[in-house]
Amino acid sequence: MAETAPKKLDLQRRPMPKQEPEVRSQNFDEVALGYTPELAMEEARRCLMCKRPQCVPHCPVEVDIPGFIHCIAEGDFSGGVRILKGKNALPSICGRVCPQEEQCEGSCVLAKRGGTIAIGRLERFLGDWASAQEQQSIDLPTPTGKRVAVIGGGPAGLTVAADLVQLGHEVVIYEALHKMGGVLVYGIPEFRLPKKTVETEVDYLRRLGVEMKPDYIVGKTRTIDSLLEEFDAVFVGAGAGLPWFSEMPGNNLNGVYSANEYLTRINLMKGFSFPKTITPVREHQRVAVIGGGNVAMDCARSALRLGARSTILYRRSRDELPARLEEVENAEEEGVEFSFLTLPTRCVGDDNGWVKGLECIRMELGEPDASGRRSPMPVEGSEYFLPFDAVIHAIGNSPNPLIPATTPDIEIGRKGNIVADEATGKTSKPRVWAGGDVVTGAATVILAMGAGRKAARSIHEYLSNPGSEW
Amino acid sequence: MFKLIENRPLVPNLHMLRVEAPEVARSVQPGQFVIVRVEEDGERIPLSVADWDSEQGTITLIYMTIGATTHRLSRLPAGDGLPTVAGPLGNAMEIDHFGSVVCVGGCYGIGSIYPIARALREIGNTVTIIIEARSSYLLYWQEKLKQVSDRLIVITRDGSGGLKGHIDNLPAIIERLPQRPQRVIANGCNFLMMRASEQTRPLAIPTIVSLNTLMIDGTGMCGVCRVTVDDTVKFACVDGPHFDGHKVDWAELNKRRQAYLREETIPLRSSAGTAEQ
Ligand SMILES: Cc1cc2nc3c(=O)[nH]c(=O)nc-3n(C[C@H](O)[C@H](O)[C@H](O)COP(=O)(O)OP(=O)(O)OC[C@H]3O[C@@H](n4cnc5c(N)ncnc54)[C@H](O)[C@@H]3O)c2cc1C
Ligand code: SF4
Ligand code: FES
Repeated sequence: MAETAPKKLDLQRRPMPKQEPEVRSQNFDEVALGYTPELAMEEARRCLMCKRPQCVPHCPVEVDIPGFIHCIAEGDFSGGVRILKGKNALPSICGRVCPQEEQCEGSCVLAKRGGTIAIGRLERFLGDWASAQEQQSIDLPTPTGKRVAVIGGGPAGLTVAADLVQLGHEVVIYEALHKMGGVLVYGIPEFRLPKKTVETEVDYLRRLGVEMKPDYIVGKTRTIDSLLEEFDAVFVGAGAGLPWFSEMPGNNLNGVYSANEYLTRINLMKGFSFPKTITPVREHQRVAVIGGGNVAMDCARSALRLGARSTILYRRSRDELPARLEEVENAEEEGVEFSFLTLPTRCVGDDNGWVKGLECIRMELGEPDASGRRSPMPVEGSEYFLPFDAVIHAIGNSPNPLIPATTPDIEIGRKGNIVADEATGKTSKPRVWAGGDVVTGAATVILAMGAGRKAARSIHEYLSNPGSEW
Repeated sequence: MFKLIENRPLVPNLHMLRVEAPEVARSVQPGQFVIVRVEEDGERIPLSVADWDSEQGTITLIYMTIGATTHRLSRLPAGDGLPTVAGPLGNAMEIDHFGSVVCVGGCYGIGSIYPIARALREIGNTVTIIIEARSSYLLYWQEKLKQVSDRLIVITRDGSGGLKGHIDNLPAIIERLPQRPQRVIANGCNFLMMRASEQTRPLAIPTIVSLNTLMIDGTGMCGVCRVTVDDTVKFACVDGPHFDGHKVDWAELNKRRQAYLREETIPLRSSAGTAEQ
C-alpha cells in the first residue's frame, strides 16, 4: 500500500544487541549478538538502493550490496544469500571482522548524515541465517581433472579453494596447524569471532569437496616442487605469522609473550579452560600490551577476561590508534586501561627470570611529518617504572618464513614477502600463485580473500588454456 | 589419525613410541623433530625423531614421561591413534666430512643421537658415541649405537656400567681418544648439553647442541621457543634446534624451560586421579 509513497529518510541505524560490558568482561562468549530477522529487515529498509552505489566499489570483493540488502528488506533471505555468496564465500566471518567503516560503510551516502547502513551487520545476519538452515544438497560441476594444491588454510587459501572447487577443479588444502582457518582460529578471539562460525564455513567447503590436510607443513613435510609434480597449480596463502618484538632488553624473561603466543594459547589451544584443557595460560595480575592495533585490543580484552588488570601502552595518542574505533570503544567499556604517549624501554625481571615490570619513557607528539602523521618523540628525563607480571608484544608480524626459506627459486621481497602480481597473484615461479598476508604483510581478512579471488580467476584461466605462457 | 604401532616403557621414565607417519618418514633427516598432539584439545609437544623406516612409513620417538601430555601418551595402547604428528620440523643436523666426531647422548638424547651418528659414519667420519646416565638400568639401545659408531663409551654416575663419573669427565675421555675430535654433538637434557659445552670450550672443539625449548606451533609463529645465541634472539623451531653450544645463553634457557612447571603438574594431578578410578 505504501509502495508508491516517497520514502522517508530513516537515519536511525539499528543497534545490534550486545552482551553488557560487566557481563562480557567475565566471559569469552561473543560480544555482539547479531540482528533478529525483524531488526535486519528494519535496517535493510533504510537503504536507499542507490542507482550508482558508492559502497560496492569500496568493498574489496565487490559484493552487490544493494542487491542483498533489497532481498533482506523483502524477507527473501535465501535470495540474499545467493547474491552475497556469489562474491563472498565467508560472509559470517567478514560481517564480523571487516573494517566496514573504512570500506563499504565508510562510503555509504548516508554516512555524511550519520545514518550509515549497517552493511556488516546485515552481511553477518545473512551468513548466520544461511548456516542455520537445513543443509541443501550442493550441485557440483563436472570434474575437470585438474588438481590444485593450496598452502595455508587462512582466508586467502579458503577463498581460492572455494572458488576453484566450484569450477570443477580438485583442491587440496595443506595447513601447518591442526585446525583450518589461519588467524581466524589462532588469532582472533572467540568473543569477536566464535570458532563455531569458522568451523561452519570450513565445513561448507568440505561439503563442496575440498580435501583438507591439517598438520602438514609445506617446505618441511613436502616441498612445493614435489607438490608441483602431482598438481597442476599451487597457491601459497601462508600468511604473516612471524611475530615482532619491540627492541628492548629483557624480552626473553618469562611472562613476556608475542601476541601470537598469547592468543594461540587461549584460542587455538583453548587455554581459557585450563586445567580442563592442558596448554597452560598463566594467571597474571597485571598485563601490559604494547601496541595500538586490533591485535593489541584482542590481547588486552583477552587478558581482562582471564581476570587480570589490563593496560595498553601506546606511544602516540588516542587519535592515532590504528585499531578500529569500535574495538577501542569495546575495550574501554570493558575496563581495559590505556596509557598513551608511553614507550616501554626495558623489561625488568626478578631473580627467577620472571618479568616484574616495564621501564617506560613519556613521549610527546612532534610536528606532522610528510605523511601527515605526528611522530612521537621521547621527553628527556621522563623515565618511570610500571609494575606488570606479563608483557605482550602486539606490534606486528612479518610473512611466514618457511616457504621462502625452502623454495629457493621464488622471488622474495625486501620484507620477506613473496612477490606476486597484484592483478593475478602469479609469482616468479611457474605454476605457483600467492596472495594474502604472505604477499602484502599483515593486512585484513577481506584483502586476503580479495587476493584469493583474483588468484583463483587466474588459476582457472591457466588451467583452461593449458598451453598458455607463464 | 596416526596409528601407534608400538608404545612401551624403555627404561624407567622413558618410553619408546613407533607410530605410522608415512610422509614424515619419507622426508625426515637426522636432527629433526615432530610436534605431537595426544588428544583433541590437547597440548602440542615437540619430540625428536630417533629413528624411522621410510618403507614401512613409521617413525620412532623416545619420550620422557614428565608432564600431563606425556603421561597420557604413555597409557595409549598400540592400535590407538594420535590426532597430530606434524613434521619433520627444524633444520637437519649438519652432516659433513668432519673427520672425527664425538656424539654425546643422555636421557632421550641417547635415542636422538642415533640417526645423527649413523649419518656421520655413513659418509666416512670416525664416530665415538658417549652415553651418560645416573645408573646402568637407565641406558638403552647400546647394541644399536655400537652398530653406528667406531667406539661406544658408557658413563654412569654410580659406576654400575662403563666408566664411573659424569659428563664433566669429557676432557679426560677426549684426551684418550686416538684422534682429537673436530666436532662434538650433544643431545639430551639442557643440563647435559650445557655441561658438555662448558667442557669443550677450553679445548676449543666446536660443539653443537640440539636445544629443547618450550614450543607450541613449531613453525616460527608464536616465538615461545626463543633463545639467545651469540647475543641474538633465535627461534629454536625454525632457526635451530641446533646451535653452537659455546654461544648459547644457558642461564636464560634454563629459566625459560621452567616457566610452566607449576601449571604442568595441575592437569597431571587431575588426570592421574581419573586413571586410578
Ligand atoms: C589477533 C588478530 C586480529 C585480527 N583482526 C582482524 C580484523 O578484525 N579484521 C580483519 O580484517 N583482519 C584482522 N586481522 C588480520 C587478518 O586476520 C589477516 O590479514 C588474514 O587472516 C590473512 O589471511 P591469510 O589467509 O593471508 O593468512 P593467515 O590467516 O595467516 O593464514 C595462513 C595459514 O597458513 C598456514 N601456513 C603457514 N605456512 C605454512 C606452510 N609452510 N605449510 C602449510 N601451511 C602453512 C598458517 O598456519 C596459517 O594457518 C587480525 C590479525 C590478528 C593476528
Ligand atoms: S565484504 Fe566487507 S567490505 Fe565487502 S560488503 Fe561485506 S563488510 Fe563490506
Ligand atoms: S614453537 Fe612457536 S615459534 Fe617456535
